[in-house]
Amino acid sequence: MASTSSDNLQRTPLFALHQELGGRIVPFAGYEMPVQYEGILAEHNWTRENAGLFDVSHMGQRGLVGPDHETTAAALEALTPGDFKGLGLGRIRYTLLLTDAGTIIDDLMVTRPLDPAEAGRLFLIVNAARKAEDDARIASNLPAGVVYEKYEDRALLALQGPKAVDAFARHCPAAAGLGFMTATVADFDGIPVCVSRSGYTGEDGFEISVPAELAERVARALLAEPEVRPIGLGARDSLRLEAGLCLYGHDIDETTTPVEADLGFALSKRRREEGGFPGAAIVQGQLAGGTARRRVGIKPEGRAPARDGTAITDKAGNPIGTVTSGGFGPTVGGPIAMGYVATAFAEPGSAVDLVVRGKPLPATVVAMPFVTQRYYRKPKASAASS
Amino acid sequence: MIRFTEDHEWVRVEGDVATVGITDYAQGQLGDIVFVELPAVGRSLKKGEEAGVVESVKAASEVYAPVSGEVVEVNATLETAPETVNSAAEGDGWFARVKLSDTSELDAMMDEAAYKAFVDSL
Repeated sequence: MASTSSDNLQRTPLFALHQELGGRIVPFAGYEMPVQYEGILAEHNWTRENAGLFDVSHMGQRGLVGPDHETTAAALEALTPGDFKGLGLGRIRYTLLLTDAGTIIDDLMVTRPLDPAEAGRLFLIVNAARKAEDDARIASNLPAGVVYEKYEDRALLALQGPKAVDAFARHCPAAAGLGFMTATVADFDGIPVCVSRSGYTGEDGFEISVPAELAERVARALLAEPEVRPIGLGARDSLRLEAGLCLYGHDIDETTTPVEADLGFALSKRRREEGGFPGAAIVQGQLAGGTARRRVGIKPEGRAPARDGTAITDKAGNPIGTVTSGGFGPTVGGPIAMGYVATAFAEPGSAVDLVVRGKPLPATVVAMPFVTQRYYRKPKASAASS
Repeated sequence: MIRFTEDHEWVRVEGDVATVGITDYAQGQLGDIVFVELPAVGRSLKKGEEAGVVESVKAASEVYAPVSGEVVEVNATLETAPETVNSAAEGDGWFARVKLSDTSELDAMMDEAAYKAFVDSL
């Protein structure tokens, strides 16, 4: 068993609660975080069937503040391929911070506040392990009048699962009215929280930004609900892999482009046409002409998991790619993986081999997600007119 | 007679055949076990060499041969029910039976009391 170093590790505002709950603490992205409580399988399954509470306070909460929405959105559009000028009030968009070569510095969530009084602000949630790179990239590339803010005094919780809305609405009734990928400021047992209907599990659920000193009160209130149990990073990883979602540093990094990563949904129509984001010429060229490799889902036959770094070959043993995330999918009931393959093998149904401990294991390229996503789509207000 | 290694394996000796597996402490550290790769029957193992793999949801861990000898039987249950290692690591979750080629290897291993003290010290 490898020994772990706790040198210079940070703790989230919920660290004491994790210990009290019996969480097994491991170093992750510079933080001491709970990898599991009762066990990864049980926590994974609980989240798919009920509601799981995750501490994601290690993630970076950031903001861009300018004089008006148009100015702030333009500043972010200069760094990402998303359409932020067209982002509605209270709406959230997934986007990518790109290098000048069109590769991915980080993936992030961007929220435009619902309150018109906050015009000119955009809130960002970035990966824990990429804060330094993101901060450097963004802060050094802003026009005059747009300020970059870091909210280090806030915690971030995620409540995920089909019963998340039942448990959450008892404390924060306003949240039940949110549709997927929308956000608002709301009252949680008298505490002002920023709540968004989003997550990283493929399930319905919420992410809740709260002042650090009030985080434990919110967490304890949710854990007291019968639907809710604490969930560690282990199940967070198996849940997101089944949902087909990328993990930065594994499935995407500064060697991959959005087109190779099959993240075309993060390249908005207007921006594809107009360009004007870092690496735009390269990305536009790949959209038109294709790429040599692509991120795909992979289903190994048999029961042996294929981990990150596993070589992928064609049936003749010629190298065609590498697994970037792989493990056991508890809901799938077997091994699952994602990785990059040569484009000729990227179509679902392609037969490949995974070289696990020197032996080729047969596998098939499959469409993702592995488990159907169950996000909450708000019914249209007037279906007849649409 | 049962003996333990610092790699958290147990060896139960009856005559010149040893049944081997990983300890309850080891399964607890690994978490939910989803796959076990066992050595082939007939393979000649050298103490300390890689003999198999245990995969939890999170990670793969090598299993090293605690003793030298020929594999005479493996626990086929683990192919379809690897979680048996979690529920009964030192019983039904055994890995393999090995015909010992050098019983003196057992002398350097820990007995139950020594292993318990070793685990308590971790």
